[in-house]
Amino acid sequence: MKGLQWTLAVGGLILGIMLAYQFRVTSEINKTEPVQRTQLLALQLNQLKEDRDSLQEQVNSLRTEFDRVSAGPQDIELKEGLDQARILAGVTELSGPGVEVTLNDSNITLKPGENPNLYVLHDEDVLHVLNELRAAGAEAISINGQRLLAGTEVRCTGPTIVLNRDKRLAPPYVISAIGDPNTLESAIKLKGGVAETLQFWGIQVGVKKMSQVTVPAYSGGIKFEYAQAAG
Amino acid sequence: MWLGLWLGVFGLAVGVVVGLNIPVMLPQAYAKFLSIAALAALDSVFGGIRAAMEDNFDNAIFISGLFSNALLAAGLAYAGDRLGIDLYLAAVVAFGVRLFQNLAIIRRYLLKKSKKGNSH
Repeated sequence: MKGLQWTLAVGGLILGIMLAYQFRVTSEINKTEPVQRTQLLALQLNQLKEDRDSLQEQVNSLRTEFDRVSAGPQDIELKEGLDQARILAGVTELSGPGVEVTLNDSNITLKPGENPNLYVLHDEDVLHVLNELRAAGAEAISINGQRLLAGTEVRCTGPTIVLNRDKRLAPPYVISAIGDPNTLESAIKLKGGVAETLQFWGIQVGVKKMSQVTVPAYSGGIKFEYAQAAG
Repeated sequence: MWLGLWLGVFGLAVGVVVGLNIPVMLPQAYAKFLSIAALAALDSVFGGIRAAMEDNFDNAIFISGLFSNALLAAGLAYAGDRLGIDLYLAAVVAFGVRLFQNLAIIRRYLLKKSKKGNSH
């Protein structure tokens, strides 16, 4: 009976080691990602690496082309034409003398029964002002930092207006226009003109002559899907 | 006899601590074989406790049974793995049945003993 003790202790020891170790291995297995998932991820990784490489190649080739073009003999006339076209397209920041027109909703308190719509600044009012400025020879215009392009719309969306498809602006509107400051100012402040009409409804119109107005560049992309040069 | 049981429990506790702190990990492919070996060892230890209860415990039988059962079970599982037969199931069933048998005998023995103790 004497040996009984130590063998049972040894047996228990071995069993304990095995069970504990097995427990660890099993929990390790559960923690490990399944093979299929690993393969899928590896596949995706390779795919993305290939994509990245091809894109990098594209970047490199475009860069070399750009370097070649800009390093080549520069056609001054062509460059001037390009600058002119960029200004016309509205993709360059411009500055010069001009005016800053501020428009804000009416500050008149409504009498009961009055239509509040009459006292709110509408997209049409903004359009009138813009039209007047353009007629007076404004060369570049922006509203609240949004450049007006040749194809820019001004649409009503509830209390805000939308410009350039998705740029939402809220009052007060600050319209910066580059042009002859005196002409622009008088175009707005004309007797019976746009400012007077708007002020009748209490809409706040402010015109400030500026010696230096900055009109930012259009930051979005310009794409023609249907139109192309004819001939 | 009770001392033997407690020593077994003590060994188990020490073994668990050691097993939890072994620095190297077995490759996962071998985890199955180790699990079968652990089951065999479990069966052997219960068999040993039962034998101790019945007072016919033998060191040589216990130790040899422990190792041969564990190795045979692991070897069987390995061979089955190579041959594409789930031979480890045989070990699981055989040891599982024996485990419950041993447990039942130990339980009966303990109950008998406590009854005897109460009557005294």
